[in-house]
Amino acid sequence: MNTDQADAGYLAAQRQVKSLATGASLKKLRERVIEFGMFLCALFSVAITLGIVWVLLYESWHFFENVSLVDFLTDTQWTVLFENPRYGIMPLVTGTLVTSGIALLVALPLGTTVAIYLSEYANATVREILKPILELLSAVPTVVCGYFALLFITPMLQSVLPDLPGFNMLSAGIVIGIMIIPYVSSLSEDAMKAVPVHIREGSYAMGATRLQTALRVLVPTAFSGIASAYVLGFSRAVGETMVVAVAAGTQPNLTLNPMEGAATITAYIVQVSLGDLPHGSVAYQSIFAAGLTLMCMTLIFNIGGYLLRKRFREIY
Amino acid sequence: MQKPSQSDIETKVAGNKNRDKLFGVVGLLSTFVGMLTLAALLADLATNGLARLQPHFFTSFPSRFPAQAGILSAWVGTTLVMIVTALTAVPIGVGAGVYLEEYAPKNWFTAIIEINIANLAGVPSIVYGLMALGLFVYQFRFGQSILSAGLTLALLILPIVIVSTRESIRAVPGSMREAAYALGATKWQTTSDHVLPYSMGGILTGVIIGLSRAIGETAPLITIGALTFIAFLPDAPIKAEFPFVSFEWLWSPFSVMPIQMFNWVSRPQAEFHLNAAATGLVLMVMTLLMNGIAIYFRYRFRKRIKW
Repeated sequence: MNTDQADAGYLAAQRQVKSLATGASLKKLRERVIEFGMFLCALFSVAITLGIVWVLLYESWHFFENVSLVDFLTDTQWTVLFENPRYGIMPLVTGTLVTSGIALLVALPLGTTVAIYLSEYANATVREILKPILELLSAVPTVVCGYFALLFITPMLQSVLPDLPGFNMLSAGIVIGIMIIPYVSSLSEDAMKAVPVHIREGSYAMGATRLQTALRVLVPTAFSGIASAYVLGFSRAVGETMVVAVAAGTQPNLTLNPMEGAATITAYIVQVSLGDLPHGSVAYQSIFAAGLTLMCMTLIFNIGGYLLRKRFREIY
Repeated sequence: MQKPSQSDIETKVAGNKNRDKLFGVVGLLSTFVGMLTLAALLADLATNGLARLQPHFFTSFPSRFPAQAGILSAWVGTTLVMIVTALTAVPIGVGAGVYLEEYAPKNWFTAIIEINIANLAGVPSIVYGLMALGLFVYQFRFGQSILSAGLTLALLILPIVIVSTRESIRAVPGSMREAAYALGATKWQTTSDHVLPYSMGGILTGVIIGLSRAIGETAPLITIGALTFIAFLPDAPIKAEFPFVSFEWLWSPFSVMPIQMFNWVSRPQAEFHLNAAATGLVLMVMTLLMNGIAIYFRYRFRKRIKW
């Protein structure tokens, strides 16, 4: 072999190594770019939260430049769209609390019973069939539920309670309650399932029945999980919009009587949005103040639920 | 203290046993409350709405005359909004899920992202609408358009897509990844050639569930200013002349099926309530169909893959 050939061979090998190296570094670059892209996707979820907080605070800030916070919290009238507007959020808050209160009265007992039944009584086959059907309930579009509340439940209730007006919080609350059963029951069931078998067996060994075991051992043990299920149910009920907008009316009404119609915070937002409000007007800003109130209500309940869970957390 | 007699104990035990059995019945009945409601709802929609479901109902615009009104603009709007939603939510949601499951370091920042996603799932949908009104409609100047609506619903279902992506990725055993690494595959090659295809079933299930929720959402779209009465269609996406595709439709005002239904159900005339029932029936069939497909997928993929 002469030197020229050796040199050529050496150079070719060197070129190959170099191209491999650039290939590898290109590959590395590509890896980094892809990883960064996916990091941005994950970061995007944080941006949504920041966006929500920023929009609510920014528009509410402008609202409270025009309306005093004291009036907002203490006035008993909410007549933003009238000639002499008054800005007391109270009627909307009571409307929201009454409808979600009724919803919880329906959903918590039923949801807990269903959870105990599915977790402790039903066999695997029954559970496999019942659970997906029950979960379909939470998939029903809310506007369809509103239709059902207004044109099915209300007439049905009116045959028992003849004085019931066409728009009332009772039927809206009942329908919301049935809608949120799956949220309450599936989280509660998960919590009860997570209780170790030996705790159950200890109870059975003492001669307890399934019901006694469920009520005296499992529910207290799984309380923190069940409490989160309840808090989620409450958040759903408070944020529910279309059922109340259709079935409970859009008239702000400071009352705790479920037999009357009353607007909720969400129904008010819908009512205003349906009209064509000029961007930047006080009425436009008022829906953001209403939204902020809604978020604060769910936040308070979530914190309450968190403290409750911390207090009753069982470690096994 | 008096010692309980044998018969006292026997009655007590028998009572406990009866209560136990009774609760079994009560529990079953409680599950039936939900199911009966669902059945009553479907039956009610069907008895009122079925007669309206003629072909012209799908090919007519809304009208002042209930019998001539249709849902053409509503279903076209729903379809276009869903396209935008899916094209936005799927890449971002799957990307975020893959990052959190495969790439994310275990630190406080990742913890913040995770807590944040869990919290987003609990935010009422109307609040997303308020945010979209402030940001998309006015700040970014997308207007009250199909683009704004699609993006809003995409944000709304993003947590669902992320959570289901993570769950199905987590189900892929680590040995699969190690086998790919052993052959010199990079992280992305492992993820895109192995982890993602194996978890496709679960991801698809989550996407379908998310879209079925988006299809029925009403409140956030009303908030961003969807129209309730619209008698024209958006600009066609495919054109006869060059460049054949057009994105003008993204900026078009719109209505969707749930809003059309809301509009009809809020009118006092009972005739319009029949239209509402028919629209509700169409919505329900679509939702149940999508959920049925999702349940079937979940069942099939769970059965087929045995690691």
